[in-house]
Amino acid sequence: MRSYSFVLNGKPVTVEAPDDMPLLWVLRDLLGVTGPKYGCGVGVCRACTSHLDGAEIQPCVVPVADCADRTVTTIEGLADGDTLHPVQQAWIDRDVAQCGFCQPGQIMAAAALLKRTSHPTDADIDRIENVCRCGTYARIREAIKQAAAASPPAQG
Amino acid sequence: MDLNDGTAPERHGGLSRRRFMVYTLAATTLTVAAPLACDSPSAQGAEGARASDVLVTGTDEEMLVLEVTAQNKVVVRLPRVEVGQGITTAVAMMIAEELDARLADVDIPLADARTKGNQYTGGSNSVSSLYGPARHLAATARAKLVTAAAQRWHLPARTLRTWNGRVVAPDGRNATFGALTEAAARIRHPAVSDKPKPASRHRVIGRPTNRIDARDIVTGRARFAGDLPAAGAKPTVVARPPTVRGKLVSVDDTAARAMPGVLAIVKTAGTVAVVAESFHYALKARDALRITWAPGPLAPLSDAAIRSRLKAAVPRSSTPPRGSTQVQGEFEFAFVSHAPMEVLTAVADVRADRAEFWFSTQTPMDARDSLAQTVGLPASKVRVHVVRGGGSFGRRLNFDAAIEAALISKAARRPVKLMWTRADDIRHGRMRPASHHRIRASVSGGRVVAFEHLMASVGESFDGKGLAAQGGVTRAAGPLPSDSGLYNFGRVGGNSGGIQLPIPLGAWRSVDSGTMRTAEEVVVDEVARALGKDPVAFRRTTLRSKAVKAVLDKVAAAGHWGRAMPTGTGQGVAVHEEYGSCVACLVEIDATDPKKPRVTKVVMAADVGTCVNPRGLEAQLMGTAMDGISTVLQAGLHIDRGAVREGSFADFRYARQGQAPLRFEAHVMPSHGEPGGAGELGVPAAAGAVANAYARATGTRPRRFPLNF
Repeated sequence: MRSYSFVLNGKPVTVEAPDDMPLLWVLRDLLGVTGPKYGCGVGVCRACTSHLDGAEIQPCVVPVADCADRTVTTIEGLADGDTLHPVQQAWIDRDVAQCGFCQPGQIMAAAALLKRTSHPTDADIDRIENVCRCGTYARIREAIKQAAAASPPAQG
Repeated sequence: MDLNDGTAPERHGGLSRRRFMVYTLAATTLTVAAPLACDSPSAQGAEGARASDVLVTGTDEEMLVLEVTAQNKVVVRLPRVEVGQGITTAVAMMIAEELDARLADVDIPLADARTKGNQYTGGSNSVSSLYGPARHLAATARAKLVTAAAQRWHLPARTLRTWNGRVVAPDGRNATFGALTEAAARIRHPAVSDKPKPASRHRVIGRPTNRIDARDIVTGRARFAGDLPAAGAKPTVVARPPTVRGKLVSVDDTAARAMPGVLAIVKTAGTVAVVAESFHYALKARDALRITWAPGPLAPLSDAAIRSRLKAAVPRSSTPPRGSTQVQGEFEFAFVSHAPMEVLTAVADVRADRAEFWFSTQTPMDARDSLAQTVGLPASKVRVHVVRGGGSFGRRLNFDAAIEAALISKAARRPVKLMWTRADDIRHGRMRPASHHRIRASVSGGRVVAFEHLMASVGESFDGKGLAAQGGVTRAAGPLPSDSGLYNFGRVGGNSGGIQLPIPLGAWRSVDSGTMRTAEEVVVDEVARALGKDPVAFRRTTLRSKAVKAVLDKVAAAGHWGRAMPTGTGQGVAVHEEYGSCVACLVEIDATDPKKPRVTKVVMAADVGTCVNPRGLEAQLMGTAMDGISTVLQAGLHIDRGAVREGSFADFRYARQGQAPLRFEAHVMPSHGEPGGAGELGVPAAAGAVANAYARATGTRPRRFPLNF
């Protein structure tokens, strides 16, 4: 068992964990950070989607060893204090959620997409593979477009 | 609590045959209660007692209780579960409407399991069963708050008004409900009307409203059973056999016990459970168990054999009317997993003299009784906390995981947080039964003179052990063929048969209608084609109900039915009527590659009577559209020699964004009628419209669902 340090939602944390322990269980079981959800454990449903150094990851298949000395952001760390991230705000404005279980992952996937592509096309949005069993996809698409519209136009 | 001040039974605006009683409970703050009827007239819908309605149990003894706290919160402990359908928001709207409270001041926590009454969530009956009691309750509370303010200010009560959680006097004096609640608790006879508003004065009901829990969800604060730190329960998983209901022969847990983080390994309920400090350790130790399994009772069977047995179990056809020509088809539906995003999770803390549970359940009262029996305690010593669920679609009618968790906690002598893995849920969980349908429309003189729907579906056989004996609600009776009289099709008849298999089944959103009505809508299209008529025009001339014709007309107009479309693409339409509501769906599909069809647009219209929250209804319709796309085109379960082949969302191909329509529209028909059901309503119409669009785009006759499987 080794000790791993990383920045979680803006704060440094250190955990004792075996190197193959998936980040998801480090977050949920060791650190009590329950926003990232278990939905499959094999990286296909993407309910746990979070960010590692700002890029999208599925913590259920990323070992904690890969996160050492890096920056992890979960849904709990996306907002700036009480000011929601534009994607979170768009999610509320469009009333996207139904049961809400996959939505932390959906929001983190959308935020990562907008970071890569500030004005995503329908084809870009189609490539989001997060499963929503309630079927909120149409509102997810609208919310992503709303959040994109809130950001400055893409540079030439 | 003593009941006092029982007011005279009152009539409810002529909308309902029910009578509403509102009681005031002896308390220091204003607390009023209304009984909940066990079944509302509208829950029966147009189709009488369908399987989804029959499950409603209970009596009139249960109360819906509203408390106005001194902190100015209005709290209604809801005897229903929130699984995404938006019932907490809808009830908060009803309460805010009649109290003139702010929606943000209304809290709707989920009630713990009760001992009696109706605490059942299902059959799309929540809004219709709560609409009367919730509004009467809040209207009574408002009348008492106004009366209390009138007494305090020595003003005539009729001169006061309520606004944003306050009582306001003409001279501008005002008081919050919280400041008035103690005085209002002592009011026996309100000096103003305690009746709900007429619909013409609704300002909240009928207005599209966002979910009351939206901010909690988008910030990650919404908590599901697995997120609770309840009872210090430790992560727990169970080893499961490769086949459905395979039997444990032997286990060597030496290696597993020596692994880090392992707290307990117990043999119970025919399986082996691992309790550990983290799910990481629990899963690793589970994988290190050396277990010999015997094949389950389903082991010799695969899909082909199940399909042929189902076909053989379909009752014999009757003789068609003399001189008629037949438009007929045989349809097959595969098993389908419910696969809610939140896998089954239950926290159990079983002690020698009491037990406490936390999980999401549609049937907490049945669960409590079964759990008490399971652990050998009187029901009075068992508490069940109902937790919001991450989706359900019928899956949480059964409480398999809670029963297992109870046994594990008892055996391990510690609180456990049991989680089924996704593979556990898909391979050993419940599913919509596979079915076979033989549908025949007899045509004579340019119209349908007889319509027969014969079917057979899989029923669950019980061996008194294992999952089958655990977890609650089973099908009330064999499925009945559709007898709704939706269409003017002359002599309508049907019959059903079935085969019994030892396989865990469960009611899946829209229950039998999801298969039966879907297949019927395909046949309706084929009849129209045989008669040389347009599918919408044909339906318009044969549908009986004006309301159904109206929703059909709505989608046809809004969806530009009949517009020219390129080769390989097409439109499809279907309708459905149930739960006192009706719906139509128009789908556009691009099936240029028939193996990878894409539904590009969905337009739905629903008449659910009074719609409490149009935004919530739109969400439910959106969900059923995805159910239709998934079950008709791509998502199902295979049975291979007694095992479910699929094991995750990688192979159980529920639709993702890439299969979702680029455009979705829902139209809510204006109505002041009694609220009907909405949560399951859209499934058959959406599935039927997807199948019909695929048929028209490809020139095929869809028969076996899902089509790409």
